[in-house]
Amino acid sequence: MSAMPGVVAINTFREAVRDRVLYNLVFFALLMIGAAIIMGQISIGIERLVIVNLGLSAISIFGLVMAIFIGVGLVYKEIEKRTLYSLLAKPIRRWEFLVGKYAGLVLTLVINTAFMTLGLAAALLVVGRPFAHGDGSILIAIYFILLSLALVTAIAIFFSCFSSPMLSTLFTLGIYITGIFAGDIRNFGALTKNFFLKGATSVLYYLVPNFHNFNSIAAAAHGEAIPLALIWQNTLYALMYIALLLVASSAVFSRRNLK
Amino acid sequence: MDPHGPAIEILGLTKDYPVGFWRKRMRRSLDHLSFEVNQGEIFGFLGPNGAGKTTTMKLLMGLIFPTAGTARILGRPIDDVAMHRDIGYLPEQPYFYDYLTARELLDYYARFSGYSAADRRARVTRVLERVGLSSAADVQLRKFSKGMLQRAGIAQAIIHEPRVVFLDEPMSGLDPIGRREVRDIILDLKTQGRTVFFSTHILSDAEMLCDRVAVLHLGKLRGVGAPGKIVSVEVQAMEILFEPAEGRTLSASLARRATPVGGRYRIEVPEAELYRTLDELRDCSARILSVSPVRPTLEDYFLGLVEREPAAGATVEASIR
Repeated sequence: MSAMPGVVAINTFREAVRDRVLYNLVFFALLMIGAAIIMGQISIGIERLVIVNLGLSAISIFGLVMAIFIGVGLVYKEIEKRTLYSLLAKPIRRWEFLVGKYAGLVLTLVINTAFMTLGLAAALLVVGRPFAHGDGSILIAIYFILLSLALVTAIAIFFSCFSSPMLSTLFTLGIYITGIFAGDIRNFGALTKNFFLKGATSVLYYLVPNFHNFNSIAAAAHGEAIPLALIWQNTLYALMYIALLLVASSAVFSRRNLK
Repeated sequence: MDPHGPAIEILGLTKDYPVGFWRKRMRRSLDHLSFEVNQGEIFGFLGPNGAGKTTTMKLLMGLIFPTAGTARILGRPIDDVAMHRDIGYLPEQPYFYDYLTARELLDYYARFSGYSAADRRARVTRVLERVGLSSAADVQLRKFSKGMLQRAGIAQAIIHEPRVVFLDEPMSGLDPIGRREVRDIILDLKTQGRTVFFSTHILSDAEMLCDRVAVLHLGKLRGVGAPGKIVSVEVQAMEILFEPAEGRTLSASLARRATPVGGRYRIEVPEAELYRTLDELRDCSARILSVSPVRPTLEDYFLGLVEREPAAGATVEASIR
């Protein structure tokens, strides 16, 4: 196994830290502290529900913003600033660079999410809600959020290989939103009598990753158990899409002229 | 590979770029370029801006792909990534990760060559000293001047002691002291037996350093050889520098031809008239300061090329500094 992606990944993580990307944790901490204080005063009996809902939604949104906005610039920035020129003159293949950049951002997201999880746990403690058996579903919901973020990062990096950050952001966000409503889109296609529309919605449903599958926030907030099978399914589903996207990104990037 | 074979072999390298937004046309940036660079030599790659020097460098580094033709470095094809262990590259106007310090940057690049942490530390310290950045080793690159970035660029190109070093406009943006230091580094690399392939539009640098040069203009090769051989080495004229004797006036013939240069005089005469002119100067008791042949420089060659084929947008920045 090549060590090159690891070298690039660590540098990508270092870049995120030095560029103060992790400062978003401060906002998250403030949000959690504020929510805990307010919820402790106004809601009776549903503090956990509100805090978990708010906390997981914030983890998801903060992570999504990071995955998209950093992801779309990962490759583009290296080309624009020409930092890639001296790097590719070293004994590193283009796919190794790409996988390294991807792994670096995913590492950043994992660490960011881990700190946010600690913040959520602290907020739950503040509202006087000790940990219980059903809280395992919170961790599973966070794991699903991470899987979806890893998938979004792979989509962002794919577009980053051949288009500008603005277009890549639009494409990635478009796919993410389409993926959230994938089920609805298919249902809409089933209802319509237009052959073309039916075909188009079916293609879209099977082509775009179904991000709705990764959303277990409501179940976690209500303390419902999440089936083990879903964990495996979601993991394999995400890994398959990520692998396909990274292979496609490598294929595109390996043929690209770096002007 | 053949230890005595060429360091770089370029055979018919051609590169076309699409231009235009709606109706794309192909524009030829490099046209069937072929030449060889021997191991251990300093090879200058000359041409005005837009000649195709950077395109050639990028093709050799695998950053862009040729439309036609091939190239080999140390006997291996340019798409062989393992070959990159033996080469170093300084891009034109280099820019590096500005959140890193110079030490961190070099350590990062050294990791790709698989050195141990202790080895990397020693190499980084040594190369920082070599390029004169020891005192700025722990300063973030975002605080570096252009000249310092250029030095950091050279440092990353040589940290793994490559056999062939590619430098794209290495003197660009440097002050005279910096330029001299880079020249010293290039000469040092040659002393160590390494091959240096560097592009420049500053001809005096090439004349001073290179064993051989190639001249490129509008994507086409115009000549390869020793700097003195690719241009005419014939003496065009002789230049005499002299001071007139106190209280003596110059003869009418001398006064007509001499040009005052800060209290001294300069005369340029055909080689055949040299001794006659010297006799005239002796008759006036003039003090002869120097007699030197006037040869066409690479500068003249370069300008001649451009005058013969002026290209839209190709600017000549040839300057003797």
